[in-house]
Amino acid sequence: MTTSFIHPAFIMILGAVLLPFVRGPFRKPFMFLVPLLTFIDVLYLSGHPGTYGVYQFMDWELTFGRVDRLSMIFGFIMALMAIIGTIYGMHVEDEWQHMAAWFYVAGSLGAIYAADYIVLFLFWEMMAFASTFLIWARKDEEALAAGYRYILVHTFGGVILLLGFVLRYQATGDLSFVQLNVQSPELYTWLIMIGLMLNAAVPPLHSWLPDAYSKATAVGAVFMCAFTTKTAVYTLIRSCSGFDVLIYLGIIMAIYGIIYAIMENDVRKLLGWEIVSQVGYMVTAVGIGSALAVNGACAHAFAHILYKGLLFMGAGAILHATGKQKLTELGGLYKKMPVTLVFMLIGGLAVSGLPLMSGFVSKSMIITAAFEAHLLWAGFALILVSAGTFLAAGLRLPYLLFFSTNNCSEETWEKAQDPSWNMTLAMAIGGFLCIFIGCYLPFLYNMLPNAEIAYHPYGGYHLSETLQIMAFTGLGFFLLRKYVMPKNTISLDLDWFYRKGGRALLWTIKNPLQWFDNAVGKTYKVVGISTLMTTSAFWSWFDWNVIDGIVDGIARCVRAIGRRTALVLQRGQIQQTIYYTVSFAAVILIAYVWL
Amino acid sequence: MIVNFIDYLRDRLQAVIYCCYGVMTFIVIWSMSVDTSHAHTWAEKMIPGFWSLFGLCSCAIVIMVARWFGKGGIMTREDYYDN
Repeated sequence: MTTSFIHPAFIMILGAVLLPFVRGPFRKPFMFLVPLLTFIDVLYLSGHPGTYGVYQFMDWELTFGRVDRLSMIFGFIMALMAIIGTIYGMHVEDEWQHMAAWFYVAGSLGAIYAADYIVLFLFWEMMAFASTFLIWARKDEEALAAGYRYILVHTFGGVILLLGFVLRYQATGDLSFVQLNVQSPELYTWLIMIGLMLNAAVPPLHSWLPDAYSKATAVGAVFMCAFTTKTAVYTLIRSCSGFDVLIYLGIIMAIYGIIYAIMENDVRKLLGWEIVSQVGYMVTAVGIGSALAVNGACAHAFAHILYKGLLFMGAGAILHATGKQKLTELGGLYKKMPVTLVFMLIGGLAVSGLPLMSGFVSKSMIITAAFEAHLLWAGFALILVSAGTFLAAGLRLPYLLFFSTNNCSEETWEKAQDPSWNMTLAMAIGGFLCIFIGCYLPFLYNMLPNAEIAYHPYGGYHLSETLQIMAFTGLGFFLLRKYVMPKNTISLDLDWFYRKGGRALLWTIKNPLQWFDNAVGKTYKVVGISTLMTTSAFWSWFDWNVIDGIVDGIARCVRAIGRRTALVLQRGQIQQTIYYTVSFAAVILIAYVWL
Repeated sequence: MIVNFIDYLRDRLQAVIYCCYGVMTFIVIWSMSVDTSHAHTWAEKMIPGFWSLFGLCSCAIVIMVARWFGKGGIMTREDYYDN
């Protein structure tokens, strides 16, 4: 590395490695200091755009630090979220969880600043493996299984990405992580896009998200909701901007996510489905690919990390206090957790796009970009989803958690209380930023990659449109709320194929294959072994009686001839012996001469 | 303080509901006076309170599709994947 470049990921990794050695009163200041230093480093880099950390490795030039406007905004929000998430988790004694979280953040920052596929892949996999430990850290059977599913799915995605960029390298000799030619895509373009979009949870590769995020620890989910999908959105913006198919996938994703969110009973799974839906906006924007759309994708990712982090922090606070995360086991909590209610309401209204909140100034940019690209159907679909989002996260979720029938058991009700100071502080920072971004536009808009594009969300028409939609969605909820009451159910999704498929494979191995193996074993025992023994006995007999008989017979024959010869030729009379010898020599000599 | 405020509102639920109706009416009336030159389609210009209707229909559609989806076999028992 050059003297002016310290990779932000390096600070997080170093911090994670040193963390177990920092104990007692130094632990909390250290935990605050490491992400803070990372954030300062990111700010410093943002003031010094350029290319850093270039190394030659074998035939390849690896670039660890590409600092431009696109990487700046994502680096900024990731480092900021690392501070908020770490503050939120400060009460957790388990240092392994913090280490996993920091390695995870390092993976995200490394991927954001990477300028070639090898470095990207390295940090991509670091993210996948580190985040798995945030699921396993919950240490129950469900989390263990969900962690395995998560890592298997992400390994699959990683392999697809690897395949894609290796094919691209073979075809073009280029490993640089830049915009692909999406107008005439090759096989490798598709593979790279599929590898990246798996991490963005684009259907049909999305099921891992609600599954894993609902099983992770309270702190783990706060980190996970921010980094994986938004890093993937960054990589899609970087490489697949303007890829038409992403428009359709993004719209499907936005609608699919919100439908499942309405059906969901598990609070964090519901929020997971909300992520799928909101990332759908970003994926659509990437597909549109215009300067305004790309700005919208970046702005929405930025805002989304904060409000979704806030919602997951609120849900985590409830889980931390009560140990419950099902709507059918909660309710009426405003009396016990009023502060959590306020922050979850802020998060819910921000995701819904209420004016003066972050979602309003980011989401509308994408919708406007869709209309400007003459994609009316996409624009209207996204507005429909924004009504659904308000319904799911702004109305249904807080209503069922805090106001509706109290479904808490006596024990749950006793345990319910607002969280500790650190969790409240983290939520307060998140809540403040959700409002600040909505009120003070230059903070976010000045960071957007296409600075030349002007956008003004607070026009009269847009305000009227949003307020009407929200007000009448509220009316719709009021009239139809009995149809969205939670039930003790789960919703089947496409993970059915690999969850049931895995079991079918296991059953196939345990039953028909095992039976076949046993049958082969028994057959071999009955037929094979006895045949072998009989054959062996025969060959033993044959060896003993035939082979050995011939050999022994020849030996006996030779011995008998020898004895006879000795009796005839060796009688002990020297004259006779000389006579035989000379006669034999004469016969040979004559034969040699004449013949 | 927050709890007291919520309790205060809950005690006057009917008044809160009427207030909400009032706000909604105000929004719709105000929307008719807003400049529609930024509208994307003719429908937005021609139908008064277009987005109110759109919001209400969207909400109903999302709820009904989710309900239909759920009843169609997607929502199932919690121990579905258990051994």
